[in-house]
Amino acid sequence: MSLSATDVAKVGVLARLALSPTEVEAMARQLSSIVGFVSQLEELDTTRIEPLAHPLDTRNVFRDDVPQTCLTTNQALQSAPRHDGECFLVPAVLGETGAA
Amino acid sequence: MQPVELSSVEIVTAIRQGDVSAERVVTAFLDRIARLDGSINAFLVVDREGALAKAAEIDRRRKSGQPLGPLAGLPVAVKDVLCTADLPTTCASKMLAGFRPPYDADVVARLRRADAVIVGKTNMDEFAMGGSNENSAFGPVHNPWDLDRAPGGSSGGSAAAVAADMAPATLGSDTGGSIRQPAGLCGITGLKPTYGRVSRRGLIAFASSLDQVGPMCRSAADCGLLMETIAGHDPGDATSLDTAVPPYTQLLDQPLAGLRIGRVAAHFAAGLDTEVARGVEEAFAVFKAAGATIHDVELPHARYGVPTYYLVAPCEAASNLARYDGAHYGHRCGPASGGKSAGDGATAFDSPLVEMYCHSRAEGFGPEVKRRIMLGTYALSAGYYDAYYAKALRVRHLIRQDYLDAFATVDVIGGPVSATPAFRLGEKTGDPLAMYLVDMYTVSTNLAGIAGISFPCGFTRSGLPVGFQLQGPALSEPLLLRAADRFQHLTEWHRRRPAGCSV
Amino acid sequence: MPADASPFTTVIGLEVHVQLLTRTKLFCGCPTTFGAPANTQVCPVCLGLPGSLPVMNRRAFDLALRAALALDCTIAPFTKWDRKNYFYPDLPKGYQISQYDLPFSSDGSLEVVDPKGAFPPRRVGIIRVHLEEDAGKSMHDEAAGTADSRIDLNRAGTPLVEIVSQPDLRSPQEARAWLNELKLLLVYLGVSDCNMQEGSLRVDANVNLHVPRGDGSTAKTPIVEIKNMNSFRSVERALAYEAARQWEEWQRTGIEMGKAPKQTRGWDDAAGITRGQRHKEESSDYRYFPDPDLVPVTVAAEELAAIRAAMGEPPTRLRAALAEKWGIPAADAAVIVNQGRDVVAYYETVAGLVGEGKPAANWLQQDVLRTLNETGGTITDFPVGPAALADLIGRVGRGEFDTARGREIFAGLLTLGRAALPADVAAAVAALGITAVSDDELTDLVRGLLTANPKIVADVKGGKEQAAAGLIGQARKQNPNVNPGKVREVALTLIRAM
Ligand SMILES: [Mg+2]
Ligand SMILES: [Zn+2]
Repeated sequence: MSLSATDVAKVGVLARLALSPTEVEAMARQLSSIVGFVSQLEELDTTRIEPLAHPLDTRNVFRDDVPQTCLTTNQALQSAPRHDGECFLVPAVLGETGAA
Repeated sequence: MQPVELSSVEIVTAIRQGDVSAERVVTAFLDRIARLDGSINAFLVVDREGALAKAAEIDRRRKSGQPLGPLAGLPVAVKDVLCTADLPTTCASKMLAGFRPPYDADVVARLRRADAVIVGKTNMDEFAMGGSNENSAFGPVHNPWDLDRAPGGSSGGSAAAVAADMAPATLGSDTGGSIRQPAGLCGITGLKPTYGRVSRRGLIAFASSLDQVGPMCRSAADCGLLMETIAGHDPGDATSLDTAVPPYTQLLDQPLAGLRIGRVAAHFAAGLDTEVARGVEEAFAVFKAAGATIHDVELPHARYGVPTYYLVAPCEAASNLARYDGAHYGHRCGPASGGKSAGDGATAFDSPLVEMYCHSRAEGFGPEVKRRIMLGTYALSAGYYDAYYAKALRVRHLIRQDYLDAFATVDVIGGPVSATPAFRLGEKTGDPLAMYLVDMYTVSTNLAGIAGISFPCGFTRSGLPVGFQLQGPALSEPLLLRAADRFQHLTEWHRRRPAGCSV
Repeated sequence: MPADASPFTTVIGLEVHVQLLTRTKLFCGCPTTFGAPANTQVCPVCLGLPGSLPVMNRRAFDLALRAALALDCTIAPFTKWDRKNYFYPDLPKGYQISQYDLPFSSDGSLEVVDPKGAFPPRRVGIIRVHLEEDAGKSMHDEAAGTADSRIDLNRAGTPLVEIVSQPDLRSPQEARAWLNELKLLLVYLGVSDCNMQEGSLRVDANVNLHVPRGDGSTAKTPIVEIKNMNSFRSVERALAYEAARQWEEWQRTGIEMGKAPKQTRGWDDAAGITRGQRHKEESSDYRYFPDPDLVPVTVAAEELAAIRAAMGEPPTRLRAALAEKWGIPAADAAVIVNQGRDVVAYYETVAGLVGEGKPAANWLQQDVLRTLNETGGTITDFPVGPAALADLIGRVGRGEFDTARGREIFAGLLTLGRAALPADVAAAVAALGITAVSDDELTDLVRGLLTANPKIVADVKGGKEQAAAGLIGQARKQNPNVNPGKVREVALTLIRAM
């Protein structure tokens, strides 16, 4: 299993990481070797094994619908790279949409 | 004895009895940090003023007969992966340089309520990703036993601080061995509790299904003392166990007769350093002499632990670290890098917003963090999920089952904590895969969610510590601490101090 | 155009996001009050600060179960939470906690029946209902031309249920009616206030056309997802526009589903058109995986039974029950139930006091609801309380005065400027000088009139009973309080006895 520079560039866009051509090239090499290494899991027949996403068997953990104290707006914005005292400021959100 | 030579148990006893003031104890450690940390780099922040104020307050309260918490006056340093409202919290990343959380991690709040004195934040691998502490954006930590060597990681600062007597107790976090491995390489005792035993609220997530906070101290007894404060149910962490916390320190004093210790032959295969192997075998002999019995057990899927871990952890990490995008906190690229298109034309950005994201993250994260984000993003992306992430979860199931099967016949499993003693700084930095293999004996504990402890069991001829690991079933901390404590009553390894750091 | 004359069938599926009526957010204790100043209802969890962890709101889960049960869904015995990963500044964690492959409920339905029969009764399948957190709000003032967008995270983490229907709807009108029915149901059950202005209910629509070919097969146009519709009326308009646009495009290009990617189009209400939105392929790679910060939920049968028991009657059952109990036509029951629980309660109080359902239903529809429509108030603070209205209806029923007089009194009560009581009805009757005319009084009056109108007497005797109507105007001139019906009745009796 190896990753091409194109694969890496695609993943870089998904991960929102700007990578220079040099970085893309190095990343392709390193990721290919890591992916090759983890691919040894293919040796194991796991068709009848359920995926285990979490070590806990705990179920049904809830909290009550009771309001708690919020942060002040100042606290909320205290680490913001840019803000106007009320809102976080980010470069223009124009045509793009988020998701529902 | 100098305060810096005392164990945590001795320090809290001495302060409570009025044999020594909290101020004197805290000052002694702060002075030692000031003297030694220039060459070790275990601390990212030292809160001299805050620590002295807290110590003075404890002394005042003691004199006026007010009640004191169980850790009153004990200096504790916490890994910079834990949120502290009064101190910067950076995860050793440029991404969070200067970041101040508006809240304390649950374990930090518990330490404060117990009247511990938080002396500072310790250095670590960036976002807890690494096995050598060379991935810190603020420089590597140097192993106190040999400053040219790595302390292990990712809780290398916490391990080195204890090893060099700069703090009697520290907190670390362990996602794939990040408490046990540096404890082993620095000759101290570190406990990775059962998943859910200690709250993760305020522990900056690396891999949420694996992360666990634990104590790093001079002895198992000290770890037990810390656990009595930091363990316990937190309604603010849905994965925190709602199970009573045992009085760990009161359960130590029981003989080991009848303890069944498993020994995995595969642990001693090629690749294990001969001096490490010797130290580990000698430890088995000590346990045997103390009345324990040694049994061969198998963990048939143990060799798949590292590849499984390097899928599960990066997948969770890629998602956990998506929040560092320069929008609401943390590093944002300047207009020079985000305001125009990428200089080398590597990426055509769809919008100024996407450009800001991509450059902020590229600038804020170090190479290893980027590698893991890329790996995790790839393994979860369309078309690869089943082959990588889902496959790893199935193997994770097998690995946990191996432990359940083994613990049907033995109480704990013993063995090496890492294959070699502390390696040289720079020795593995060019080869990510080689670095990943330093976790080979520790990752499975996290994948299975069980408990593990690492403590010194010998030294190499060149004077580097060798660590021994015991793994036990979920919530077996009392047993692990007791076994390690008994061992420490029979051996002196944990009392050794690095020569360069003598008082 | 009548449905059978249309050269195509419009196929519509809806995706509805509904805010649950909780006090706090889905995973933290921040309130969800609408309209608070920006970034005042936030905490480390909903800001996505490092180290923060989510804990599920019990009430949100219970309300979600209630919604799913009311939609006849199957409740999964085991459900879990997944992360939907994408970068957007109103999503501070870089992922939305949602449900992917194991939603807590699936496979339900909701029927909509048009009382006027404008379309056949339509049972619309529900593919799934799942629980998820809302994002924050990003605001960009394009007119100001500033480089920055402003982000308010008050809304981030608000609990939503997402309801995804099967593509079972066949016209924009049906879609609107179905949404009304869905909203009514959720409001009845206290699941949501469904206030679209406040964003408590949002709709996206998927639509395409099925065009029969000459050979008996069917061509399908590419599916378009319509967003940005801010009222049910907009949904209807947008769907109608889109169906026409797709028909035109189909005739021009003949492109079928699968030959072009699914398109997203935004509804421009002012312009009355949909516009294509930018759609990037990579943005749909959400890399879902189970959220390791949350634990799964299992739902026991007893729990479901308890929620079902506490749920109350859904509108469909209530309509039937109301018609049956008060003997009113189904159409009347539908109108009353569609107004919501408070109107039903008002109606039932009035009908109970009057002791009869139909007059209460008439007055409610023709007078109370019409007034509410004009004034825009709510039934709970309507100036004519149920006791006063029942008193008024009772008087009309007993013949104290006719309906026209009753309306005058009703109008008077509306102008009181306070809640009217039965005593106010009595006062209004007195103020208008209305006193019941006794039978003796009436007989004397009619006798006098018969004497003065021998032609009318003769006409009636000759078989023209309708001639008696000529007496009514004269009777009312002499005493405005006489009941016209009674005048006629007494006159006929007297003439027959002559
Ligand atoms: Mg949704
Ligand atoms: Zn919140």
